[in-house]
Amino acid sequence: MSFAWANSYEPKNPFMVWMDEKLPLPRLVYNAIGAGYPVPRNLNYMWNFGVLAGFFLVFQIVTGIILAMHYAANTDVAFGQIEHIMRNVNYGWLMKYAHANGASFFFMVIYLHIFRGFYYSSYKAPREMIWLLGVVIFLLMMATAFMGYVLPWGQMSFWGAKVITGLFGAIPFIGEPLQVWLVGGYAPNNSTLNRFFSLHFLLPFVILGAVILHVWALHIPGSSNPTGVEVKKESDTVPFHPYYTAKDGWFLGLVLTLFAFVVFFAPNALGHAENWIEANPLSTPALIVPEWYFYPFYAILRAFTGDLTIPFTGIVLIEAKLLGVIAMFGSILLWFFLPWLDKSPVRSGSYRPMFRIFFWIFVIDMAALFYLGGAKAEEPYIVMSQIATAWYFLHFLVILPIVSQIEVPKALPFSITEAVLGKDEPAAQTAAEPAE
Amino acid sequence: MTIRLGGILFGLGITGVLLLWSLLPGALNFAFPTKPDYYAFQEKNIAPEGGFSFDGPLGTWDTQQLQRGYQVYKEVCSACHSLKFVAFRNLQEIGYTEAEVRAEAASWEVPGIDPKDGSVVKRPGLPTDMFPSPYANEVEARAFNNNALPPDLTLITKARNDGVHYVYSLMQGYNEVDPEDQAKSPDFETPAGLYFNEYFYNINIAMPPQLLDGIVTYSDGTEATEEQMAQDITAFLTWAGEPTLIKRKQTGWFVIGFLLFATFFGFMSYKTVWAGKKKKKGDVELV
Repeated sequence: MSFAWANSYEPKNPFMVWMDEKLPLPRLVYNAIGAGYPVPRNLNYMWNFGVLAGFFLVFQIVTGIILAMHYAANTDVAFGQIEHIMRNVNYGWLMKYAHANGASFFFMVIYLHIFRGFYYSSYKAPREMIWLLGVVIFLLMMATAFMGYVLPWGQMSFWGAKVITGLFGAIPFIGEPLQVWLVGGYAPNNSTLNRFFSLHFLLPFVILGAVILHVWALHIPGSSNPTGVEVKKESDTVPFHPYYTAKDGWFLGLVLTLFAFVVFFAPNALGHAENWIEANPLSTPALIVPEWYFYPFYAILRAFTGDLTIPFTGIVLIEAKLLGVIAMFGSILLWFFLPWLDKSPVRSGSYRPMFRIFFWIFVIDMAALFYLGGAKAEEPYIVMSQIATAWYFLHFLVILPIVSQIEVPKALPFSITEAVLGKDEPAAQTAAEPAE
Repeated sequence: MTIRLGGILFGLGITGVLLLWSLLPGALNFAFPTKPDYYAFQEKNIAPEGGFSFDGPLGTWDTQQLQRGYQVYKEVCSACHSLKFVAFRNLQEIGYTEAEVRAEAASWEVPGIDPKDGSVVKRPGLPTDMFPSPYANEVEARAFNNNALPPDLTLITKARNDGVHYVYSLMQGYNEVDPEDQAKSPDFETPAGLYFNEYFYNINIAMPPQLLDGIVTYSDGTEATEEQMAQDITAFLTWAGEPTLIKRKQTGWFVIGFLLFATFFGFMSYKTVWAGKKKKKGDVELV
């Protein structure tokens, strides 16, 4: 596709020749995820999670459509419909558990995919657009997952919806009317459930569209690789098929085995017991927390406990709730600026000694936020989440720009071939020429 | 450059606000706590010796036990607690024959409509009916129970943390207050109309002790001790909460077996495809 040596599609039987003339869909697939796409030969297993994320998107759409056939978005019956699916629908229990845990696994592989991007700076030129689209996909996923969690209409569904939609109420002036308009009332109700169901059905297809753009953008420069050195010549690459289809294939089997363990032997381990109680607007659960995949951002939201005031005057400039909302949305939106915050010319963290240390500190920081987001809102968790939140912002906005200025990177290998084989022929050093 | 400068300013700003206005006052409160100790409930539940038959990946239902548990539900729990997502026909899954289910259903009264004049009446249950609620509505339920609402029991083992062991523990949790804890919280006492139960999140529960030794006479001759009945009702409610539990685990073995098989062959073909593309000891030239 983008390299001169890429295999070109040659239909063999007459039907495929005819098809290629009328609608070159097989050619498109061949060039996108077939033998026509040259990929760096040195990708490690962190490069498997993109394909896995695609798999789980399709998996969620398929199980979701089946569940939607048996579900009813009405607050009077929604909770009972889930029980109907669990008890009376053939293999309904499997669909329900596979869909709920499928969301968890989708986020798991997405987080690993994103952290691959952080470590290997996959966001850097010429791949900024892939990264930007990826952040859009992540935001869409969060919205979809949040609305999906409301559908069983359990206690956590209701109270989670109430807390999250309540965030819009923190916006000055327009907040409250906006919240009432979004929810369709003063608290989550039947209108809310209906619109959330509608959007929960729609958004996965929007995600699918964004994923197609993400993959399209990927095929312009081609995949990055663990050295961060760009592809120079044919010996640097292998065709996607069969090399990476085989690698992704067996790895998918491994992850699905793990997934099956959770679905069949611990399907409720990642959820909350509270959500097996039907929603009751008059009874507030002792601890309202979202699903685990939102914990880091929930921890950031809850970290802001004090209003921003002018000291000793009592004048409130910004309320704590609004600060939390700004920080929570800001914590993800700042990913959009990452390609311009980190100006180091070296991509791979493996060749950036200083960045590498801070990367692992950041991983620990994220792990702490994951834990703290689900913890009770009491000490010492509050102080800990405040420190972890502060580090989160310092890492992206202060440490990354400064490190990229002052760091002395290690020497890069001449080529991917050299990184793999330990040697390369200097005579063969010619820059890759894009075919079109 | 502008983006980086803006980023640094925003980052320092939001961190400063967080540390000075949120962390500092919070840390002071944390360092000098004013909150008194309170009486906390047991977060650790107990489990029967040897565990339940349905525990673990190889668990199975003990239908004798489920039937005993059903008897406890019918004769004790159902006076106050509904089981609204379970139908009489489901009893066939715990070992009753179709005729037994028909007879069992008929021994319950369910709300119905008089076919002649449409008035609301009680009629004997049919296998297709759901278990009836003991109360007409929430107001009646509260009126009969000192303003407490007995929860529906269908999902109780899933709707509490560690729910299976929670139910088992709660049934046997009507103990005396530990003198040590009482000494720590001298003001602690159980209000009138409530009962001390250390496994209940509120310590004091509205439900009186139920499983008194011998309160049911098991039709299979098992001795009805408190511990035995607690085990049986827990097993029955676990089944009621998820009748597909055992089928799920058995399906799991099959699916995982297949996936391991497929993964193994996937791995072998991956090895074959990549042979010669990776650097190995002694490799001189690439393919």
